[in-house]
Amino acid sequence: MMISLAKIRTLLNWKMGALIAALLTISAVSVASSEPESNSGRVPKPKIEIEKGDKCVEDEDFMRRNHMKLLMHKRDETMHKGIRTKKYSLQNCIECHASKKNNSVLGSNENFCQSCHSYAAVKIDCFECHASKPKVQPSAGFFHPIVPPATPGVAATDKESHGLSYSMRQQMRSNVNEQNNAGVTR
Amino acid sequence: MSCANKSRREFLGTTAVATASLAVAPGVMLIDMAHGRAPEEAASSSVRWGMLVDTNKCDSGCTDCVTACNTENGLSGDTSETGSQWIRKVELKDMRTGKATSLPMMCQHCAEPPCVDVCPTGASFKRADGIVLVDKHICIGCRYCVMACPYKARSFIHEALADQNPDVPRGKGVVESCTMCVHRVDKGQTTACAEACTKAGHDAILFGDLNDANSEISKRVSTFATKQVRADLGLNTGVRYQGI
Repeated sequence: MMISLAKIRTLLNWKMGALIAALLTISAVSVASSEPESNSGRVPKPKIEIEKGDKCVEDEDFMRRNHMKLLMHKRDETMHKGIRTKKYSLQNCIECHASKKNNSVLGSNENFCQSCHSYAAVKIDCFECHASKPKVQPSAGFFHPIVPPATPGVAATDKESHGLSYSMRQQMRSNVNEQNNAGVTR
Repeated sequence: MSCANKSRREFLGTTAVATASLAVAPGVMLIDMAHGRAPEEAASSSVRWGMLVDTNKCDSGCTDCVTACNTENGLSGDTSETGSQWIRKVELKDMRTGKATSLPMMCQHCAEPPCVDVCPTGASFKRADGIVLVDKHICIGCRYCVMACPYKARSFIHEALADQNPDVPRGKGVVESCTMCVHRVDKGQTTACAEACTKAGHDAILFGDLNDANSEISKRVSTFATKQVRADLGLNTGVRYQGI
């Protein structure tokens, strides 16, 4: 079979043109689909308010899938052996991820723990016993300054629990009430 | 050479006391070096935590230890039948002599704890360093341990709780008791009750390592007559009393 050079050239050009067109179409589609998922599609995604989420103890993907295993392992180590390292501890999670709005990981469907768990309909039972707020240490630099500082006239005495002033505790208590009224998934 | 050594010894001797309670870094206290363990190190059976109560120094009517315990562990202080009481003040009176004694009673942290023996789930357990605890993740609230304890030291949480101390998780439906402030002990601190008693100037409660021959508690136990409550049960309690 003999095909002239000119014929091959025209065939090639046609094929290249088709290829380029196909590539363009694919890239256009991929650009469209890389837009934020919450804005497109019919499935709502959880809206998570992350205060300090850029550097977790492990990769984000790993944490999403395995945080419960890490916590389970850590709780047994702590409870039975008294190993109190901060990494993987629930207290450490809460210290970073508590919302600035209500100083908690629970409370609304934007709060760190509650957002995903209510979206996935997974019950969290940690907070029936564990505090959902970070431990307030005014002396050690309180980095979630949502609880208003004590009124200048009222000094926190040792007898008040955990060095909190009365007003701070009232504030925390009212946060808990709000949180209970908000219908926390428990 | 010997002169240098001598001065070095003197220096160590005089400064040891002064620096014993000073912090060298945040969270690291020199005084803990005797018992201190790193956060990643597990509790070891070479330590046996215990308490010694000197009933001669314990004032009748003083409830400083109870208050401190309630504050530290987030207890309401409710003394009703359903209230959580990790530590109680007990008033005793010898009817013949009229001698009145007041003493705090709490979980005795037995070496052979009956609560652990009867627990069907393994929630009740003794840590390697002698502290008897309830693993509330495993506890099903059956209350066998409450029945088994000869010291009436355990209580059940009947109501849902909120606003817990992050270091002391507590919740409805499980059994609890004195943890010997395990969250503080792991950091090398003393218990809240002993601290409050010392701070108030009574000095009636002494916390320390019963296995360490050089600890204050061991010295006192080896010098003075101390008693275990219901010693006839052979439980080898970690809490000892002096003067009863």
